[in-house]
Amino acid sequence: MSQWVEACGAGDIEEEDLIRFDHGGKTYAVYRSPNDEYFATDGLCTHEKVHLEGGLVMDYVIECPKHNGRFDYRTGEALAAPVCVNLNTYPVKVEAGRVFIKIG
Amino acid sequence: MVIVGAGECGVRAAFALREEGYAGKLTLIGNEPHLPYERPPLSKGFPVEPKPIAAERAYAENGIELLRGVTVAQIDPQARTVLLGDDRSLAYDKLLIATGARARLFPGLEKALTLRTVDDAKAILGAITGESHLAIIGGGFVGLELAATARRLGAKVTVVEAADRLMARAVPVEIAAVAAERHRAGGVDVMLGAQVAKATENSVELADGRMIRCDLVVAGVGSAPDIDLAQAAGAAIANGVIVDHAFRTTVPNLFAAGDCCAFPYRGKYVRLESWRAARDHANHVARALLGDETAYAKTPWFWSDQYELTLQFAGLAEPDRPFVRRDLGGGAFILLQTDENGRLAAAAGIGTGSAVAKDIRLAEMMIERGIMPDPGNLADASVNLKALLKG
Repeated sequence: MSQWVEACGAGDIEEEDLIRFDHGGKTYAVYRSPNDEYFATDGLCTHEKVHLEGGLVMDYVIECPKHNGRFDYRTGEALAAPVCVNLNTYPVKVEAGRVFIKIG
Repeated sequence: MVIVGAGECGVRAAFALREEGYAGKLTLIGNEPHLPYERPPLSKGFPVEPKPIAAERAYAENGIELLRGVTVAQIDPQARTVLLGDDRSLAYDKLLIATGARARLFPGLEKALTLRTVDDAKAILGAITGESHLAIIGGGFVGLELAATARRLGAKVTVVEAADRLMARAVPVEIAAVAAERHRAGGVDVMLGAQVAKATENSVELADGRMIRCDLVVAGVGSAPDIDLAQAAGAAIANGVIVDHAFRTTVPNLFAAGDCCAFPYRGKYVRLESWRAARDHANHVARALLGDETAYAKTPWFWSDQYELTLQFAGLAEPDRPFVRRDLGGGAFILLQTDENGRLAAAAGIGTGSAVAKDIRLAEMMIERGIMPDPGNLADASVNLKALLKG
């Protein structure tokens, strides 16, 4: 059963950046794009399970902090070796200044 | 096309050739019997489970003929043939030498073990228990990563380093000092300024007469490029196989890339021992093999994991030039260095987990774009490097 879960405040994420969000024993990454849109993916890189939290967001790309595997965080698509497995993505909505992601 | 060497560079180059549209015959020759695997984890963890660079079926799917456990005896650049150790001969149009580097040993250290391959790692880590005393000669990346791994296994660890500091070849002194303190806090006996006279299987004798008795001796005192084939084929050698901006050796149709080559970087020839460079070289040389003469322009980047600490580096620092320190909180910091023209040239960082990764990556892009930052902004962690990058 999926449900909307409050992840953070809209202002808690800097523009073109991400934060980590943990819920129900799983870990997620929540992004704010340069155009002020919000997205969510799994938190761990599909290459060596390093958390993407410390990675760099440029435009719509998140780059893993360990080996620079790159993903489009809107779709989860793996863009460059060494990653070849896509990230799962999750629906996001912003209501009253709070960011919710649909998980479960 | 023939690629000699099935490490990170050779394997990536093979796949990159297919990605670039090369449809001809492609043979990749590796001297180890294993499916090609990633080397960086070997010194970083236990148990040793080699992680394949690519799945076995991917080679067949991409039409890459992978020869495992096969040595190359000779390259004949006139006839354009490769003579294999089993006396077979292969013809080539273009040949890539990606033979990497091998562990170097100084006289007196011949009895010490070294760590380059998965078999080395299994032999060393398989012999370490909570009761063992491991002596490591050389306080570089491999030795210190192994020290951290051995401490996790509960072993007693002594690191013997000839210089008066750790990681003298590649790491600024301030960062090396943090690592040294961490190793000592973790129970490693770090001996600096200690010259080794001789090692046996279970002892290290220092030049001043002191003797370390132990169960296992591992030497991590650097590597030497595997240049024999290239040299015998007539290629110019100087701390690696000399290549130009497109990884061409001085012999026609013979290319070299990865740890075995010395390539032009900012006005001098450099040789790197780096996972990332191996991959970057591979992607570039694949295009060069197909006739592209674009100059390689990637910034050197490397890392080390020791305990919870990650060290990351972008660019090549000049030991004699000053650094600007940027504190990132939680003890993490990076050191940044500009060149004589004020362009950012190098960044080195240490911190827990991924603490320095974002800034090192931004610094790498700033180096590549020739950004001339204000040193005050570099030192101020509240100034986002992304803003400096985008100007």
